[in-house]
Amino acid sequence: MINFQYARADDVADAVRRISADPTAKFIAGGTNLIDLMKEDVERPSRLIDISRLPLKSVEETADGGVRIGALVPNSDLAWHPLIEQRYPLLSSAILAGASQQLRNMASTGGNLLQRTRCFYFYDTATPCNKRKPGSGCSAIDGINRISAILGTSEACIATHPSDMCVALAALEAKVHVAGPKGERVIAFNDFHRLPGNTPQLDTSLQPNEIVIAVELPAQNFSKNYSYLKIRDRLSYAFALVSVAAALELEGGTIKQARLALGGVAHKPWRDATAETALRGKPANQATFTHAADLLLRDAKGFAHNTFKIELARRSIVRALTQAAQATPQSQSDKKIR
Amino acid sequence: MARTSTAKRSRNPLPVPGKISVAMTVNGVETTLEVAPWTTLLDALRDHLDLTGTKKGCDHGQCGACTVLVDGRRVNSCLTLAVMKDGAEVTTIEGLVTEGALHPLQQAFIDHDAFQCGYCTPGQICSAVGLIAEGKAKNVDEIRELMSGNICRCGAYPNIVAAIQQAMNKIGVKP
Repeated sequence: MINFQYARADDVADAVRRISADPTAKFIAGGTNLIDLMKEDVERPSRLIDISRLPLKSVEETADGGVRIGALVPNSDLAWHPLIEQRYPLLSSAILAGASQQLRNMASTGGNLLQRTRCFYFYDTATPCNKRKPGSGCSAIDGINRISAILGTSEACIATHPSDMCVALAALEAKVHVAGPKGERVIAFNDFHRLPGNTPQLDTSLQPNEIVIAVELPAQNFSKNYSYLKIRDRLSYAFALVSVAAALELEGGTIKQARLALGGVAHKPWRDATAETALRGKPANQATFTHAADLLLRDAKGFAHNTFKIELARRSIVRALTQAAQATPQSQSDKKIR
Repeated sequence: MARTSTAKRSRNPLPVPGKISVAMTVNGVETTLEVAPWTTLLDALRDHLDLTGTKKGCDHGQCGACTVLVDGRRVNSCLTLAVMKDGAEVTTIEGLVTEGALHPLQQAFIDHDAFQCGYCTPGQICSAVGLIAEGKAKNVDEIRELMSGNICRCGAYPNIVAAIQQAMNKIGVKP
């Protein structure tokens, strides 16, 4: 690892002051992604500002029936928090589908949002990568791209966002609370992560001098009809080839409200308003689900090694929606897909 | 043509960061260390405290060989900076023996031959201590899933699961 300076932030305002004063500094909380990237020489901060002791570790009910999650709540604590297990089981399930228990014990809520892609070329400093070194080119487009994106790609980057938790947060329409030199602001989850376009070095709309302080969940929790289905090369402890967060509100056999978010397929958790609208008011059956899947994947584009993801995504969407409709969510320990 | 370098060395190179004092309780013993900011907890344990039971496998959080308990929770010590754990209580494989008696998990790993080469074993056992403390694993599927962060290249998984079940019974947690 490179040499770097270390400092501890006293409070959120101090953290913002310190990051504003040094553009080459980075915040560190759980460190599970950042330290790994520093060992790989991908991230080279001159200074780490330790925010792990800031008082952002509570999970609290909000006045309008939602829940506010402090940015430093560890992933494991969040997945197993009674409020989340009971009221937002989709989020709990998605978190438990990701990483390992050791990593979930360390990784923070805010850090999960800000983790970087696991594209092989982003990690391999001997190869060009527009995300790591803007303008150097994308090695994945004509390289080993089995794990790459099929939706929302650009000529500059076909990397995917690696998080499971964020797929559920997208489906639940969470809000991200951030603080900066000018005070606090709230970012809708769909606006937090961005598509690569010509600037794939930017993963999110968070500004360099801002800090994530909380994630807020709205009251609507889809706690009855949901499923998080993750398809990967190993049964556990592997990133998604395709994952689906499905959430339905049913009235009899009819879909009143639907949310559908995909992981492993794009630079951000992927939602499609057209596909969700097509589910609303329709009977909760295979024909409806297949139609929504076809709509969501209408612009999907495969590369040399990942075209299989399009059909995999189609089937995963139908299966996850079926599991949600039947109130038989995918177990994250019994790996049989029913 | 005379060779002239356009690259000038900075007259004020960045100062090499000084060492930082970190106080930790390691296996019940209060310890003060002087470490560089980039020293991982794993390297601090192995190279500064000679606690070499904790193993360096991948050094990237992918194998679990470096698993230790920090304030009772299992973590990957290779992705933990020692400076960030000032004031923490750390337990390694060396700290599991009490009054000369093996921890029930250590005994269970022996009883079930839950290893071949043994390199992953300290991490497996510390991880299983964390698993039992969490109290979430109620059946074999859940033990396997919650132990998935510990890779055993010898493939001793069936015996590792059996050992953890035995220890759970002994400690009084129904697997």
